[in-house]
Amino acid sequence: MSRRFGRALVLALPAAWMLLFFAAPFAIVLSIGFAEPADGIPPYAPLLRPADGALPALHLNLGNFQLLWEDSFYAEAVLRSLRVAAISATLCLLIGYPMALAIARAPEAWRDTLLLLVILPFWTSFLLRVTAWIGLLQDQGWINGALMGLGLIAEPIPLLYTDLAMYLGITYCYLPFMVLPLYATLVKLDAALLDAASDLGAAPWRAFISVTLPLSLPGVLAGFLLVFIPAVGEFVIPELLGGPGAQLIGRVLWTEFFQNRDWPLASALAVALLVALVLPIAIFQARVGREEAR
Amino acid sequence: MRQMGRLLIPLGLGFAFLYLPILLMVVFSFNDSRMVTSFTGLSLRWYEALWRNEALMEALFLSLRIAAISATMATILGVLAGFALARFGRFRGRGAFGGLMAAPLVMPEVITGLSLLLLFVALEQAFGFPAGRGADTVAIAHATFGAAYVAVVVQSRLSGFDVSLEDAAMDLGARPVRVFVSITLPLIAPAVAAGWLLAFTLSLDDLVIASFVSGPGASTLPMVIFSSVRLGLTPDLYALATLMVVAVALVLVLAWRLARRPPGA
Repeated sequence: MSRRFGRALVLALPAAWMLLFFAAPFAIVLSIGFAEPADGIPPYAPLLRPADGALPALHLNLGNFQLLWEDSFYAEAVLRSLRVAAISATLCLLIGYPMALAIARAPEAWRDTLLLLVILPFWTSFLLRVTAWIGLLQDQGWINGALMGLGLIAEPIPLLYTDLAMYLGITYCYLPFMVLPLYATLVKLDAALLDAASDLGAAPWRAFISVTLPLSLPGVLAGFLLVFIPAVGEFVIPELLGGPGAQLIGRVLWTEFFQNRDWPLASALAVALLVALVLPIAIFQARVGREEAR
Repeated sequence: MRQMGRLLIPLGLGFAFLYLPILLMVVFSFNDSRMVTSFTGLSLRWYEALWRNEALMEALFLSLRIAAISATMATILGVLAGFALARFGRFRGRGAFGGLMAAPLVMPEVITGLSLLLLFVALEQAFGFPAGRGADTVAIAHATFGAAYVAVVVQSRLSGFDVSLEDAAMDLGARPVRVFVSITLPLIAPAVAAGWLLAFTLSLDDLVIASFVSGPGASTLPMVIFSSVRLGLTPDLYALATLMVVAVALVLVLAWRLARRPPGA
């Protein structure tokens, strides 16, 4: 068996699997985006169907994409999702950067344990962690209970089903995705550079601004993308913690699919979401490619 | 070592942020009262309620089964892919293959779920397979994104080892398959185990993709939790969360011990 053939054999299974179950479905989503909704199962009309003549004719329906373009509700949902994801990723960065830096500068014997502590919540159920925030934020919840117990407030403040709750939830759930790549960059940072900076008289904050921060930018970008991209399509957190106004694109798609049973429109929305994410995903893949090339 | 110094405060606050919600769930799972605010006394009644919640228990076993099957499929796919990416050098189509393996890591779940559902529907219309949707289609979907995670873990472990051991075995006349089984696989065993666990956990945790590709009669654990949370929060969910935290902590600590054991011990 030649080496070449053996390699092809190893590659064949994962490549075929991913092409069939990951790449090909996108082509179907795109085509269903041009279908007309219909009664029945599945609830859309086939694109190719017999016309008056004998030959099947292609029926392309541009209505779905036209609706997305014309009804500002959908464009606003996309913009809102991008904004919410960007704010959440920034919050993760602000909380996660000092954590990653502290772990990178901790004594070597502690680092693994501290990292494990960052990852551990990620291994416990995502849905149940979101549920915990309902318990914290609801009117009869722990935060309102504590504040009223301390006599700081007389009436519970509405916390659940607000934008604040949604941001807290997203930041909470995605924080490990920010800390890990940041740590990976920061721990490789050469301590001699910082020593040199301080020998030359730089104050710690100055050394941070001009040495640590610029050198950690690849980690910042990786962490930001790892939070930002999935957060744009997030459904569970805005649905369980956000208010009725928090119509993010993932939630809109869910409603069109499960409640309105409009599969073609949901497909068109998926295409729109993907288009909105093409640039960030391309940056992510370019980065993954470069990491591999090293 | 550069001093952690003032960084200890944000680190502590960060950990408090990560753990306080979990800690509160654990504490209040032992609460006697139905109210989630006041702790009235120790009780195991919510654990009992959880045990008697048939829908939840049935979903738990279904989810465990799907997770075990999909994690195993994901591990086979991911080990092959990670091995190819780490050891085959610059083959043609490597960029596309690497991209295809990495893309599920960041693809929003609603897109993955919807597109897989449409694929299953199209396949059923064209070939009659898969007939209907349920546990099988969920397992296929989970194996797909699980494979992406396993590939990353295995690839990074392999790139930490140089190829000299494998080369030596090859020079001594071992065939590639034998080299893989008796040299490479033992070297990456911890990564394979970690990848399997990761795929298992992700499968057990997935709500969105499963909701799209599952069918009637096959409600996974997250699907049941989701619909019961929407109806209102009950402390038996805290009991479930506590059990999961304990299970995860046990497995991770065990894996930790094994990973730290000196080689050969």
